[in-house]
Amino acid sequence: MSSAAKRPRMAYDGVVMAAPITVPYQRFSSEPAHGWAGAALRALARETGLGPRDLDGFSFSSFSASPDSAVGLVQHLGLMPRWLDHVPTGGASGVMALRRAARAVQCGDAAIVACVAADTNQIDSFRHTLATFSRFSQDAVYPYGFGGPNATFALITQAYMHEHGVTRADFGRICVTQRANAGSNPLALQRSPLDLDTYLAARPIADPVHLFDCVMPCAGAEAFVVTTPEIAAARGWPAARIMATIERHNAYPDDPVQRRGGWAMDADELWAMAGIGPADIDCLQAYDDYPVIVAMQLADLGFCPPDAIARFLRDTHFGIDGTLPLNTNGGQLSAGQAGAAGGYQNLTEGLRQILHCPLGAQVPGARRAAISGFGLVNYDRGVCTAAAVLEAL
Amino acid sequence: MTTPRHRLPPPAPRDPLARPQLHPVPPGARSRAMQAMAARATQGRFVLQACTVCDTATYPPRDACPRCWGTLAWHDQPTGGRVLANTVIRVSTDPYFRDRLPWHMGSIQLDAGPVVLAHLARGLEPGARVAMRLMLDRGGNAALFALPSDAAQVPHPEQGATSMSADPQGRTFVVPVAGATVLVSDARQPVGGALVGALAAAGARLVVAGLPGPAPVRDAHDPVLGLPGVQPLPLDVTDPVSVAETVSRIGGPLDIVINTARHVRAGGVSRDGNLLAQHRALEVSAMGLARLAQATAPILAGRPNGAFLDVLSVTALAGDAGHAGFAAAEAARLSLLQSFRHEMRSTGVRVLEVFTGPTDDADYQALPPPKVAPARLAAAVLDALAQGREQTCVGEVAREAMRRWLDDPALFVRETQP
Repeated sequence: MSSAAKRPRMAYDGVVMAAPITVPYQRFSSEPAHGWAGAALRALARETGLGPRDLDGFSFSSFSASPDSAVGLVQHLGLMPRWLDHVPTGGASGVMALRRAARAVQCGDAAIVACVAADTNQIDSFRHTLATFSRFSQDAVYPYGFGGPNATFALITQAYMHEHGVTRADFGRICVTQRANAGSNPLALQRSPLDLDTYLAARPIADPVHLFDCVMPCAGAEAFVVTTPEIAAARGWPAARIMATIERHNAYPDDPVQRRGGWAMDADELWAMAGIGPADIDCLQAYDDYPVIVAMQLADLGFCPPDAIARFLRDTHFGIDGTLPLNTNGGQLSAGQAGAAGGYQNLTEGLRQILHCPLGAQVPGARRAAISGFGLVNYDRGVCTAAAVLEAL
Repeated sequence: MTTPRHRLPPPAPRDPLARPQLHPVPPGARSRAMQAMAARATQGRFVLQACTVCDTATYPPRDACPRCWGTLAWHDQPTGGRVLANTVIRVSTDPYFRDRLPWHMGSIQLDAGPVVLAHLARGLEPGARVAMRLMLDRGGNAALFALPSDAAQVPHPEQGATSMSADPQGRTFVVPVAGATVLVSDARQPVGGALVGALAAAGARLVVAGLPGPAPVRDAHDPVLGLPGVQPLPLDVTDPVSVAETVSRIGGPLDIVINTARHVRAGGVSRDGNLLAQHRALEVSAMGLARLAQATAPILAGRPNGAFLDVLSVTALAGDAGHAGFAAAEAARLSLLQSFRHEMRSTGVRVLEVFTGPTDDADYQALPPPKVAPARLAAAVLDALAQGREQTCVGEVAREAMRRWLDDPALFVRETQP
């Protein structure tokens, strides 16, 4: 699409990811984001034996560390990295941190990069985050009822249902199955079984978005390590290789209402680079702030034929033992949305499934995971999209 | 002292221990570009930025064109559009909207090009044609409001306004007169008198007609002061005791103050200047506004739709060689009004201004037409309230003056001081 000649993508040779970390989420926390980042690194140290001076690369994502950025965290946590990154893309931050860290390690700019996302959720901090989220939101979204992302995604959901003939019950199948998946995950904030009737009877939040279409904001942290296969082997860390990644920002700006994401623009490149197709994937960890976005990823990433999403949602079993295991930890819809960590939990869960150390139930024989991220509702739609395909070594 | 011929029941005694009702305002932080949009909304214009290079209209307000990176300028735009998607917000974290749920909003494909999020009038569904209004919310910020296009495409603004005030959400952007208690600070002059009649006809619950100075005999026979729902009270805005007494005697909570008080006398500064008249003009226009504002602001702030509307001379903008003292007083009045508006932003009280040229009454008997008939000025005030419009210019003289002042203030000052 660009006029600049595209060089072929270089494979992620000489890079692996390891050590998926999830700090148990809490609905509310008075601990600042820095404390949650510290907890993630403590857990990482227990898992890997790494200390503050062992990391030579650090990538950080958070909405609630203000006034600090990654720089403040470096001094706060006693790091001395020779490579530093701050990824402010929320739900797309995990895959984006991964692909940047991977290139740094591949090129020798760093050897062990810790990627960390941490956010707190103090009483009333969600309202504050909304009020100051972006300039366009402040000027042109929140003054219109202050419905937060619920209202924005209500508009997207309504238009999508109309265009594709998708019903609430179709979306409900995603939410109900993810809740069943959460049943085996002891860290999920919402584990009580959910049936379709309860889903359909839930109170409306911003029509047609109802209660169980919405994530629960919470505090939490996620982390993983990007390093070389040699270091991982020497330290005995189970690891996975990166088959392919994509990212895109502000795709299809002329769509009047968001009906697809940047994945649709880049999916062919993703699968070509990976050398496999959607059918070869053992589990999909898709970004699930709302079920409509899950549906978009299924279609845009090629898991279902174009224009057949309604039928695909009705015919596919998304359970851990299903035909397409989806968001096997329960996703954010059941496990909770810990700010920017919500853009990491898909990556850590996918990594756990293929390394066979899941939080809950194991997808039988899983070796390959597809991860998809979606971030930053700057105005009327999510701006950032990213995806990755991982394979256990 | 005037004896009111129409007596209303005395105000119910207030419980001094009652919990005060808070009136939060909509979220207020905005970018500088959005403030510029609000500055144009004050005049009732519907504007969007357009690129000075490629002409593309853009929204939300930006600092560069997203298509070619050209610079942007504000332009009036066609108001038509079509609903793309709509929702009813039933849960909000913001205190202002929590008090007003459910709230209808949606996305609109504007004929001008951009897609905007907007407040929706009831009953608008995807596919519906709409007419957009650029309103000011109760915090004074610009807000896009979509009306059904058939309701908005009516020739008379008063009727168009009806559809804003008929909609439960639309009412929050305007100043409803029906059912309101309104104080007119000077009802003895023809403008104030016409206004009292117009307010009563528009369904105000109570119009308090302020009567300055000693009551002439004709008050007792004034048909307007005898109307049902009109309560004449003595009010001298140059006297703090009179202001306090009158405000305390108003039967019921005061919703709207309309300040029509003025002291017009011809004369220059050194040539034909009358210092007494100039001092009186300042006392009435400037200090009078300050006294009224101080006495009524706390009451207005406690009302859900509180508003203060000031009628002032357009000579406040750049002076007037023929009425130098009066124009100076009106300039001081405008300055105080702007500061008062800023103070009231956090309370939700709307502060509106209606600029007029010479009025067709005894104050301007020496001037030739065009002059503004009192009834026309009264109708313009009612329209400003019905539209929630912050700035209104009534009549050819005021409209032309504002246009020239906005266009080239330095030239305008030279031309008005020949």
